[in-house]
Amino acid sequence: MYVLSAIIILTALGLLLGFSLGIAAKYLKVESDPLIERIEELMPGSQCGQCGFPGCRPAAEALVSGTAPVTLCPPGGTALVEQLAKLLGIDVDLSNAQDQEAMVARVSEETCTGCTRCFKVCPTDAIVGAPKQIHAVVADACIGCKQCVAVCPTECLQMHPIEVTLRNWRWPKPLAA
Amino acid sequence: MPAFLENPRLRGGIHAEERKHYTSGHAIVRNFPLPKKLYIPVQQHVGKPAEPVVKVGDIVLKGQLLAHSQGAISSPIHAPTSGKIIDVKDFPAPHPSALPVRTVIIESDGKDQWLTTHLPSDPFALDPEEICTRVGEAGVVGLGGAVFPSAVKLNLGRKNQIHTLLINAGECEPYLTCDDRLMQEYAEEIVSGIRLMLNGMQAPKAIIGMEDNKPEAFRAMQAASLPFANISVEQVPTRYPMGWDRQMLRYLTGLEIPADGRATDIGVVVHNVATAHAVYKAICLGQPLISRVVTVSGTAVAKPGNVEVPLGTLMSEVLDYCGLNKARMARLVMGGPMMGDALPHAEVPVVKACNGILALSHEEIEEPQTQACIRCSSCVTACPVGLLPLEMASRIRANQLDAAVDLGLKDCISCGSCSYVCPSNIPLVHYFKFASGELVKRQQAEHKTEQTKRLMQDRNQRMERIRQEAEAEALRAQEARAARAAQQAAAKQQPKEETA
Repeated sequence: MYVLSAIIILTALGLLLGFSLGIAAKYLKVESDPLIERIEELMPGSQCGQCGFPGCRPAAEALVSGTAPVTLCPPGGTALVEQLAKLLGIDVDLSNAQDQEAMVARVSEETCTGCTRCFKVCPTDAIVGAPKQIHAVVADACIGCKQCVAVCPTECLQMHPIEVTLRNWRWPKPLAA
Repeated sequence: MPAFLENPRLRGGIHAEERKHYTSGHAIVRNFPLPKKLYIPVQQHVGKPAEPVVKVGDIVLKGQLLAHSQGAISSPIHAPTSGKIIDVKDFPAPHPSALPVRTVIIESDGKDQWLTTHLPSDPFALDPEEICTRVGEAGVVGLGGAVFPSAVKLNLGRKNQIHTLLINAGECEPYLTCDDRLMQEYAEEIVSGIRLMLNGMQAPKAIIGMEDNKPEAFRAMQAASLPFANISVEQVPTRYPMGWDRQMLRYLTGLEIPADGRATDIGVVVHNVATAHAVYKAICLGQPLISRVVTVSGTAVAKPGNVEVPLGTLMSEVLDYCGLNKARMARLVMGGPMMGDALPHAEVPVVKACNGILALSHEEIEEPQTQACIRCSSCVTACPVGLLPLEMASRIRANQLDAAVDLGLKDCISCGSCSYVCPSNIPLVHYFKFASGELVKRQQAEHKTEQTKRLMQDRNQRMERIRQEAEAEALRAQEARAARAAQQAAAKQQPKEETA
């Protein structure tokens, strides 16, 4: 009798808890992983696709699932790697990390025909111009995504490294002993 | 409480070889030959660059405005001599990179003719606001090397109701003696400048602090300030970096500025002693800041000394005047040897920040091999801020900037004491300068990411709006077509009905 009551109570308890867990999973479901949202916020958000994923959100999902390394985002540079590693609790060796040189597009005025194709594709509206007028790139807004370079029919848009001035000159890293 | 339990009045610091004797015994040279061309950069101060108001071909008089200040923190630039503006173009700046900066170039006419100015009848009766305005208009900036616009600091001092003006005459850098000589030769003018500053800030008292290696200057300043009970002259021990404002303030008053605060937070404003002299000249003589005393020293010059040079003179001309031996010069430094900048060449102008030009020979510099850190912690003992330079450098070497910031990287004052004492010759300060630059770069990158997101959002919204408008337009056109069709159908039907 004792054995039977114990079996009945435990079975009932198990069923009850299992059922309530099932309900909770259905009605209190978290829409998406908040970690993905936070990672997406950190990322440049230009959907440039240089990581091999179709955009920043898929890349963030891959990061959370562990299928992509934290070093996947070239525009984000070392700063992003460091933030991602902290967020995901991963140790990364940054001692040999090298940021890729930032580039901006520039219009060559000799060959620009004013076709307006480039500023239609620019994701940040960094190119200004009008039909049959020479276009110009606002360097501060350019994110170096190269989409304009791909559509330019006269190859007048080229990527150039950002000019070093007194305002953005920085001390180089000392050579290691 | 026993003395050893109290907070030490001095923290860290080093005894560097002073090498001030090369120049401290000679009077300031005031007859430096006027150069044919002067190169005046529009940015010689902290803040926004000045905007030129002169055109190529204009004739200007000595002291005339060349570029006016822009924005709240900025400073104007004046003509150091009379002559013709021959160009406004990019010219190498006195900076370790020697990158170009916008520069006004004057060809002097040799007359050195002053612009006539209206002097106040009694400078000490001027309104505090008037003093600040005049100091600002004269382009006076902090001449200790930080080049922060002085008028901004005076206004800040008045608004914060400060109780003490600390005049920094520490001059703790080796080699430099320009403030020492200035105090010996112009003590009364400096004291007048200090009184004007006190009036401008409506502050009750001033303390002049200087290292005890300048006895003549101390006596001269004491004599000059004797009639004024609210100005006192104090000596501090000779120990680099005594000229760091927080160190001096702590030693003299026991007050400590909070780590992320300013001196005004605790009721003190700190000005350099040469700035006080510039304030005197601006108000009592009506002369804007167009020249400064520069220490030219180092064993590669034959006649080291302090020279009053018009701003914009090329350093090569100043060095030639002092008998530079080009073959002996191994390194050219602007400022002192501890915190100054090594310049790639001397074809750059003397600016407001330039308190020294050092032509150092091979014997004076050493470039020994960097070795591994032996964790002796000499740098920790030497650090006046109380940081752990060895730990910070090892983090930075591994590119872990956040960890270095946690250790206090942002409080580093780049005084160079740690690099000076390091037995392994690790370029510690270089690491910290590099890391500080990286931090700024990251901040800018984050700012750009935000801006990019905003731009993309705006663009997406615009695209969406255009699409919706096009759809609405299409819908309206369709409705209009349908309405027309219905009208036509009705018109056809009506005659039929009438006939029927």
